Amino acid sequence: MSGQILSVESLSAVSLREGGQAILRDVSLSLAPGEVLGLVGESGAGKSTIAKAVLGILPSGIRITEGRIRFEGRDMLAMPRAEVRSILGSEITLIPQDPLSALNPGRRIGPQITDGLRLRRGLSRSEARARALALLSEVHIRDPERVLGAFPHQLSGGMRQRVLIAAAFSMEPKLVIADEPTTALDVTVQKQILRLIRAMQETHGTAVVFVTHDLGVVAQICDRVTLLYAGRVIESGHTADMLQRPAHPYTRALIASSPRYDRPDVGLAPVPESVFEGLRAEIAAFDRERRA
Amino acid sequence: MLALQALHRLLMAAVTLFGVAVVVFVLLRVVPGDPVAMMIAPGASPEDVAALRARYGLDLSIPEQFLVWLGGVVTGDFGTSISLRRDVLELLSERLPATLELAVAALLVAMLVGGAVAVAGTLARRSVLGSAIDGFNGVMLAIPDFVWALALVLGLGVMVPLFPLTGRIDPTAADGFSSRFYLVESLLTLRFEVFADVASHMVMPTLALALPLAAIIARVLKASLVEAMGEDYILLARLKGMSETRLVLQEALRNAVGPTLALTGVQFTFLIGGTVIVERIFAYPGIGNMAIDAVINRDLPLIQGLVLMFGLLFILVNVAVDAAVAALNPRLRHG
Amino acid sequence: MADAGLDAAGARAAPRRRSRTGAALLAEPKVLVGGGFILLLVLVALFAPWIAPKDPLEQDLMLGTLPPVGFAGTEPGYLLGTDDLGRDVLSRIVFGARVALTVAFVAASLAALIGTVLGLAAGWFGGRVDAAISRLVEIWMAFPPVLLSILLVAILGAGLHSVIAAIVIIDWTRFCRVVRAETMAQARMDYVTAARTVGFPGFTILTREVLPNVAPVLLALVSLEMGIAVIVEAILSFVGLSVSSDTPTWGGMIAQGRQIVHHGWWVLAFPLLVLTLTVLAFNMLGDGLRRALDPVMRR
Repeated sequence: MSGQILSVESLSAVSLREGGQAILRDVSLSLAPGEVLGLVGESGAGKSTIAKAVLGILPSGIRITEGRIRFEGRDMLAMPRAEVRSILGSEITLIPQDPLSALNPGRRIGPQITDGLRLRRGLSRSEARARALALLSEVHIRDPERVLGAFPHQLSGGMRQRVLIAAAFSMEPKLVIADEPTTALDVTVQKQILRLIRAMQETHGTAVVFVTHDLGVVAQICDRVTLLYAGRVIESGHTADMLQRPAHPYTRALIASSPRYDRPDVGLAPVPESVFEGLRAEIAAFDRERRA
Repeated sequence: MLALQALHRLLMAAVTLFGVAVVVFVLLRVVPGDPVAMMIAPGASPEDVAALRARYGLDLSIPEQFLVWLGGVVTGDFGTSISLRRDVLELLSERLPATLELAVAALLVAMLVGGAVAVAGTLARRSVLGSAIDGFNGVMLAIPDFVWALALVLGLGVMVPLFPLTGRIDPTAADGFSSRFYLVESLLTLRFEVFADVASHMVMPTLALALPLAAIIARVLKASLVEAMGEDYILLARLKGMSETRLVLQEALRNAVGPTLALTGVQFTFLIGGTVIVERIFAYPGIGNMAIDAVINRDLPLIQGLVLMFGLLFILVNVAVDAAVAALNPRLRHG
Repeated sequence: MADAGLDAAGARAAPRRRSRTGAALLAEPKVLVGGGFILLLVLVALFAPWIAPKDPLEQDLMLGTLPPVGFAGTEPGYLLGTDDLGRDVLSRIVFGARVALTVAFVAASLAALIGTVLGLAAGWFGGRVDAAISRLVEIWMAFPPVLLSILLVAILGAGLHSVIAAIVIIDWTRFCRVVRAETMAQARMDYVTAARTVGFPGFTILTREVLPNVAPVLLALVSLEMGIAVIVEAILSFVGLSVSSDTPTWGGMIAQGRQIVHHGWWVLAFPLLVLTLTVLAFNMLGDGLRRALDPVMRR
């Protein structure tokens, strides 16, 4: 798939601990430059695993058994470590899930943003600082000077996430992985952050992989969606298409069970057991095929 | 809030000190072993004995004696040493600097060595070297200052005689000091030869005191560092492209130091207690060495003065540690 | 596991636990090495009169300060040399083990007993009892241990009994704190509340439920304490406050050796070596016990 910024090809992974339990089952997805892809699924579906695989931070208990991860056409799994390291943190960056633990509690915000700029882009101290201030303004932080000199515990959760977003985009990366960045935030702040990420992404022309369990989030900012269950791609396509004309029963059931804030009269319908049975059958069939 | 906590701590410590003083006071008088009998010449008349006893106030009742002593302490009079026949406060202030220099030097060495081992152990934590460092540290933890001191006597004092075995300074160089802080003063007055002499006398006792503390610091700091290295912010920093060494020193260390500091403070008080035997082994003229003789001779005023002195040192160390821990915690400083 | 010990099923469960424990203990290398050394030492101490080549008290000034085998001027039969009074170093070390081990076992056990009883009380009753005991521990720990032990022995008079008393008096706090913490943790657990509801008296619960859970940590601590006791005894002998100077003790030999270190280094070196190995062995044993017993008996 040429021209794609990221393409995951038939990625399979197993857990080394629980007796070789399959974590990813032949997952394929792709992302074009400047596009936002939503990676959706319930807990344990494997979406975080894919993100970690791309970032090269898979926990030691998980092993990739087959497949490729191509960044701009280059296979990251086959690259020498040094080359991977030069890409990560520079052309691929991360917006983490928990803004509190992602920031060093013992250091001020400023150095945590300027470190990358000075290390990777060779900026001087004053250049990096100016850039950091500019970025903080871009993420709508009203008093960037104060924030630069503050410690993480002095900022609110929303502000911390904005700082992390600023840091992620500071490197002008080609791809940003956003790992459930709104999960740890209040609902009111979530919307702002989502809009901010979308705005930054559009301004800088960055591709984004947005990992989430929330279809509502996907609807708001993702161009395309890939839905996962038990490590298997159930359905994928353009957001509008999938949400209006879902093909798979699971997709349909998920949409039906998502709260519709604009239609309070529509009741919540939990995903029926029959759908899960169908899913389990699908997965089992896949596993049998694999073993054969 | 912080000041209130500190004040509370200080008060509690003072109460503890008072309790200690009382206990020691009573113990010494309730129990067999007459100090006066120890220093009286044989064949002395009962009147002489009684006179001596009265002179040291030992003919009063115990509570009375305590009040007399307490009154003296408050006004700076710690009494007269029975065995050395000199003012207790004078004796203490003469010998305290030696012990202080030793203890502080030992603390610094322990922090340096312990810190270095902890950082090395953290960097090597996934390798065989890391396990080796852990094992080595475990052995070090089991060896007390007493054993170190004697091993050093054998090794660096006799086998390969690098350092002097006894004393604090060459007797000829002992003049020309205004304070008793020989090490510090000789450095400040740029008398480097004297400084080297004092330092060489201090090497072995300092090492003996420092190594057990270094082992503890290494273990606790490494545990904290490894825990910090598992945090998310390290992951993010690693993605930025920082080397492991920089990650440990720049990112993790500041968050790992806190708990280690608190423990170091407690262990430092043990180190001070250890000066008693280490000074004896090296015939080092500090308060520890004096304490042993004082106890053996039942020199009550001196013992009480020493107990108070040690207690005070402990309190100061605890206060310093609390302050340091608070200072290092950004939440408390910039909350 | 809430019903363990409270009914017949519990009784059935117990023997299974014990054999699991035995196997776990023997599988842990630290227990084997450390425990093995201590066992060896115990045997040496027990059979000292038969093992020691010479009489430890026999002086022969003609054979004073002989170096150990392998050096010039040595005399056959005195493997590790002699001290300045002509007494055989090896034999004195062998007999010195008796003092060391006696002090170790007795002092550590007594300290453990007192500390455990008070710790259980503090952890179980809580409130004022706990506050009082904790205060006591705090004040107690404000004393520099070495100084306090010297003070106590000086007060109580020299001798083995006072050495043991001194160690017990100083170090019971170590056990008290650990047992108190563990008891408090256990006392809050559901199975204790269940037992109380059923109507079991506190004492029964303490001995049948809490104590077995505290036992592994306690055992490890006892081993550690024995190592400490050996050191304290050595220090006290070094200062001349232990048994009479004739009875061979490692600390006494070390003191002597320190005096004549320039022309008789072996008098210092060998007892020091044995002392160090003994302490290391006790530490290793304690460490191994903690590891081996923890996962088996922890629920």
